[in-house]
Amino acid sequence: MLGFSLLAGVLFGLFFGLVGLGLNLVFGVMRIVNLAHGNFMMVGAFGAFWAYTLLGWNPLITVPIQGVAFVLAGIALYYLLVPRLVGLKDFDMISLVLFFGLSQVIEALGVLAFGNDPHSISQPVFGKAPVHFFGETFPVAWAVSALVSLILIALVYLYLYRTRAGYATRAVMASRQEAAASGVNVDFVSAIAFGIGLFLASVAGMLSLFMLGSVSANFGGGIIITAFAVVVLGGLGDPVGTVLGGLVYGVALMVMESFLPSWANVLPYVLLVGTLLVRPGGILGKEVRHV
Amino acid sequence: MILIPALFAVVPLVYNNQLLLFNMMVFLTLSQGINIIYGFTGYLPFGYMGLFGAGAYGASLAVLFLHVPAIVAVIIGGLTALVLSLILSPLLRLSGAYFAVSTLAASEIVYYVIANPDLTTITKGPYGINLSVIFNPQASYLTMAVITGLATAVVIYLKRSHLGLSLKAVRDDSLSAEMAGINVGRQRMLALAWSALFAGLTGATFAWQISVFYPDSVFDSSISIFAIVFCLFGGAGTVMGPIFGVLVLYGVYNLIGITEPQYFQLIYGVLIMVLVLFLPQGIASLVRKAGRDVL
Repeated sequence: MLGFSLLAGVLFGLFFGLVGLGLNLVFGVMRIVNLAHGNFMMVGAFGAFWAYTLLGWNPLITVPIQGVAFVLAGIALYYLLVPRLVGLKDFDMISLVLFFGLSQVIEALGVLAFGNDPHSISQPVFGKAPVHFFGETFPVAWAVSALVSLILIALVYLYLYRTRAGYATRAVMASRQEAAASGVNVDFVSAIAFGIGLFLASVAGMLSLFMLGSVSANFGGGIIITAFAVVVLGGLGDPVGTVLGGLVYGVALMVMESFLPSWANVLPYVLLVGTLLVRPGGILGKEVRHV
Repeated sequence: MILIPALFAVVPLVYNNQLLLFNMMVFLTLSQGINIIYGFTGYLPFGYMGLFGAGAYGASLAVLFLHVPAIVAVIIGGLTALVLSLILSPLLRLSGAYFAVSTLAASEIVYYVIANPDLTTITKGPYGINLSVIFNPQASYLTMAVITGLATAVVIYLKRSHLGLSLKAVRDDSLSAEMAGINVGRQRMLALAWSALFAGLTGATFAWQISVFYPDSVFDSSISIFAIVFCLFGGAGTVMGPIFGVLVLYGVYNLIGITEPQYFQLIYGVLIMVLVLFLPQGIASLVRKAGRDVL
């Protein structure tokens, strides 16, 4: 049973790494905690749900198509909201409250459109045969989700560390002013990062249909804390650490669900508050944002 | 500040919707509580309902297990929230985003512990609390009026006292404030403690007034959202801002009536965004622009 929990934990860990990755990328570049991240996941999940229900599209086909829409929406939203806030004295708090408002708006619209019922796509959409490895058996949807997460994490890594735009993005993460002084188009780089962040949220939302069983329109408020917990575990502003945070969280969750199921719900919250109280820089302990 | 409890004590004689008036006092106090921590330190607790719920449950369990009188239970409720806030106070050394989100997580922890079916013998789990033994709508109404007055008094005190001035110095420039000899962490902790105390007292009195409730009803995130919107709308850091916000927005909310709560979530969400983008100091800044001072 422990072997199953640990392996399932790694599969879920990659998924949770993806859930946190978009949030952390946006934070790293813009110092904004996108509290609407979970709500964008909800929109992505419903996009995949309706494309499957109405048009019969496989969610893996929906992902790149709606991904384009999410990147464009992210870029537009960035230019609409963020540049007017940059330079304000209490930028951290103002932007947080702004995105809190945005999350309320998206959630309210979602509930008005779809109601509060959970929606799900039947598992066999990715094939019926379960997957075996290391002597344990897993639903194929878990393996597909973990694989999709792994591919996207790798792509984000390649973007950040192997492309010119990625170098510029990391320069902005290190220092907005110095990047601007070196001729980096800070706004454009940030807008792209915001678009990628929303795209990652949409894919994570689609995978939530399988990994979390179902998605309802008010799902954003809960998952955002899980996402934040994963990000804080790995270190805020450190996208690579997020993957580690996701793995720690995934394994902890699976072990809890096997041995202490009635308390598994509390885990993300305890991990978040506990990490911040004891080791606010995350497991790797890089950077702490003291005031 | 004597005026507010006196006003709320007299109005029921001419206007008989006492529950509406009670809820108005609840949100007025919560909004002033948000004002104490956000208006004076810039730290916004999204999980403010956790302190409210902790107060409600602290008081209820004191009544059910210790059989204390209602007034004592209300004080125990306030202290419960106060203790919870002290546990969380190390988060005040981190920047505001950490604090805001982790109070939300802390609220969920308290909620899940209380609503957990494994603890039904202690907390009644998801089945809720019945306080009919101390049910007394008149006494709880008057108690709430006193608490509302006290909360307003504390905000007035903060505006004028050394503590309030040092908090504003910390909010505006924490580094310079620290160099001027202000203990940044301790001052913020005091503001959080005051804020938590009022959330707890209000939660406890709310429990006393309605006497039957469930974990879902006192750990409802819309409690925080309402209090935050009222405070932002009127203007954080002022005495009159939250009062104005509650009177106008909560008044409108009740005039229209609740058919679909999502419409209000939508309207309040848009309102938060518009306020932050265009009027971050709330309506109070318009009054200031007109050349008048705002208390």
